[in-house]
Amino acid sequence: MALLTSQENKHTFENNLWLMNTLLELSHLKKHYATQKAVDDISFSIEKGSIFGLLGPNGAGKTTLLRMITGIFYPDSGHIRFDGKDFDPANDIIKIGYMPEERGLYKKMKIGEQALYLAQLKGLSRSEAMDKIRFWFKRLEMETWWNKKVEDLSKGMSQKLQFVTTVLHEPKLIILDEPFSGLDPVNANLIKDEIYSLAQRGSTLIFSTHRMEQVEEICDHIVLMNLGKKILDGTVSDIKQTFKENKFAIQLAEVPAGLSATSFEITEQKANRLTVKIRDGYRSNDVLQYLLQQNLTIEAFHEVLPSLNEIFINLVEGTRATSRAFQTVQS
Amino acid sequence: MNKTLLIIQREYLTRVKNKRFVLTTILMPLLIVALIAGTTFLSIKGKDERKIAVIDNNDFFKGNIKSSPQLAFEFPDKVDTSNYLQKGYTDIILIPKLGDTEKTTYLIRSKKRISITTESQISERINAAIEDHMLQTAGIDKAQLDSIHKQSQFAELKAVEESEGSVKESSAGLSYGIGFGSGMLIYITMFIYGAMVMRGVMEEKTNRIAEVMVSSVKPFQLMSGKIIGIGAVGLTQFLMWIVLIIGLTTAAQAFVPHDVMEQVKNLQQANGQLPGNNMVQAGEAAQQIYKVQHTFSTANWPVIITCFIFYFLGGYLFYAALFAAVGSVVNEDPQDAQSLMLPITMPIIFSFIIMTNAVQDPSTPMAVWASIIPFSSPMVMMARIAYGIPGTVPYWQLGASMLSLIGGFLLTTWLSAKIYRTGILMYGKKVSWKEMFRWAFRKN
Repeated sequence: MALLTSQENKHTFENNLWLMNTLLELSHLKKHYATQKAVDDISFSIEKGSIFGLLGPNGAGKTTLLRMITGIFYPDSGHIRFDGKDFDPANDIIKIGYMPEERGLYKKMKIGEQALYLAQLKGLSRSEAMDKIRFWFKRLEMETWWNKKVEDLSKGMSQKLQFVTTVLHEPKLIILDEPFSGLDPVNANLIKDEIYSLAQRGSTLIFSTHRMEQVEEICDHIVLMNLGKKILDGTVSDIKQTFKENKFAIQLAEVPAGLSATSFEITEQKANRLTVKIRDGYRSNDVLQYLLQQNLTIEAFHEVLPSLNEIFINLVEGTRATSRAFQTVQS
Repeated sequence: MNKTLLIIQREYLTRVKNKRFVLTTILMPLLIVALIAGTTFLSIKGKDERKIAVIDNNDFFKGNIKSSPQLAFEFPDKVDTSNYLQKGYTDIILIPKLGDTEKTTYLIRSKKRISITTESQISERINAAIEDHMLQTAGIDKAQLDSIHKQSQFAELKAVEESEGSVKESSAGLSYGIGFGSGMLIYITMFIYGAMVMRGVMEEKTNRIAEVMVSSVKPFQLMSGKIIGIGAVGLTQFLMWIVLIIGLTTAAQAFVPHDVMEQVKNLQQANGQLPGNNMVQAGEAAQQIYKVQHTFSTANWPVIITCFIFYFLGGYLFYAALFAAVGSVVNEDPQDAQSLMLPITMPIIFSFIIMTNAVQDPSTPMAVWASIIPFSSPMVMMARIAYGIPGTVPYWQLGASMLSLIGGFLLTTWLSAKIYRTGILMYGKKVSWKEMFRWAFRKN
């Protein structure tokens, strides 16, 4: 009996430890509209202080999912745990900062008033809000903007203001939906740096996009969605390892004609640069051995990992084909 | 601070601080006063002046047709249809020998066509002359006839109203004025402020701020904050108008000579004792002022103003929620708003038509029912209330009307909130009334 209890304790302890590191946990979330399943049985969890990427093509259900996480929509079924407790939109909403893809500002309002208004709606007092706005405006070089009207701002400038109003109240969870759209490279870098520093200071970020190169660079962990379903979940490096196709790039001083072996096949050749796929049952060393036997000068030899973009396109195309096949069977 | 309060504050302040609001609030009463003064002035000054030559074959019209500067009758010699224009006449009337019993037709020739009011005035005056002539042939002498004519009115009708055992003076003209005026005011403000709510919601949606907002506040808070904020703007405008009107009339009184005001005061004090004698003592101007003041004092202003504020707010809340729902489903295209608004504007326009009837006859079954049903009650009830509570409008009707309006706006707000919640986050798709209906009545 005592033993059992201690085991149970150990179990709960581990559970707690795991929970302590988890900010958000979604289990079996579903949201159906009249004509489609926007979110169909999605589960994953997000660690505290991580930068999480939510990916998917247009119409995958990302926005619907984010709206459930921000309390704008109620899920049809499923469960959300936030910060160790059941998600309670009324109270937890102030711990979240959400910058939606469709975002805007009141055109006729002054920048300063606008920031103050949005900050107060997030539960900050007037003086607190003023302090934080001053801090952020200084940090992002916006001090002279206070009395300007939103309609006088460029797209990039209003983007910066929106970013500030999203993170101003120091939320535990920051959700950014396509944060770089419309930003020039300089401002995009500025925001990127802010994203890193927010994560370092303990905020958790969800970063939703269909731009893969940004995700590869920024995110620790990603989930890929298509047609309302989760089709991929893992860290960026794990995913690349899983989807690698045993491809290697070889740079030779000179490529002789009729190069061929049982261990690999050449998939691409550009001048002296070859891309090869190693056949099943062989290793990279077998390829090197062959090349050495041929007495070729090897200038470079490295593994080619698929880009997230390739994985993404392959998977999305795959699910589309499946769903099309499924639809044909149904009809 | 409470989030709904913050929203109300923003909606209110951004509008009240707007230059256009300040201008319309100040200019509107001035414009109305100028409009009334202007039309009165024009109706007096700009009248069509006519000088009519009468060719009479009976020899009794001369000197017996009433002439006035606007409408002068003359009996010149050597004027006929060929030369009356050259001689300076605008028209010429040819009266043949009148028969004894059958109707006689006479002609009026003019270059410039006569208006319908002038036509009836001419006919009235000529008939009066004939009537006088007939009375004289029947044996009433000229002196008797003149003395009868001198007294323009033989008796004055004074309406009094039963109220709790005693009688109270009332004025149908004033009731009509108040009823129509307040009904009209509610009609206009419903459109102005309803459209303001709709535009505000559309602005939030097309500017894409809606989703940012609902990640901080509930859609219902956003909607109700906007509705209440704009309603407060409307109330502010009314209060400022009342203050301005009182101010303007007080200022206008300063221009009235002192002795005239003294006479008005005497009239007020003498009221009910010997009005006839006092009326004779006072000058014409003082009598006019006294009459206006006296007529206005017969209305029960506290009740009318309280009811007006209630029905303005109730009617506004009832329709504003619907306007907000329409605003929430409109996308970029303002034409969508036009067609979606139709089912809301139709009942408002119908209510206005019923109101114009109710203000003439406040006790028809149509008027009674329309003043209880919340779709039309704000306008129609105001038209009826001017005729008196509980005389024309029994307490139970007022109670039923108020309760159903409160219930009505709670219902429209509840249904609209459901449409609004879905609508503001929906982009690109054109939404039909059928879909809005489904959103409004689905569960949760």
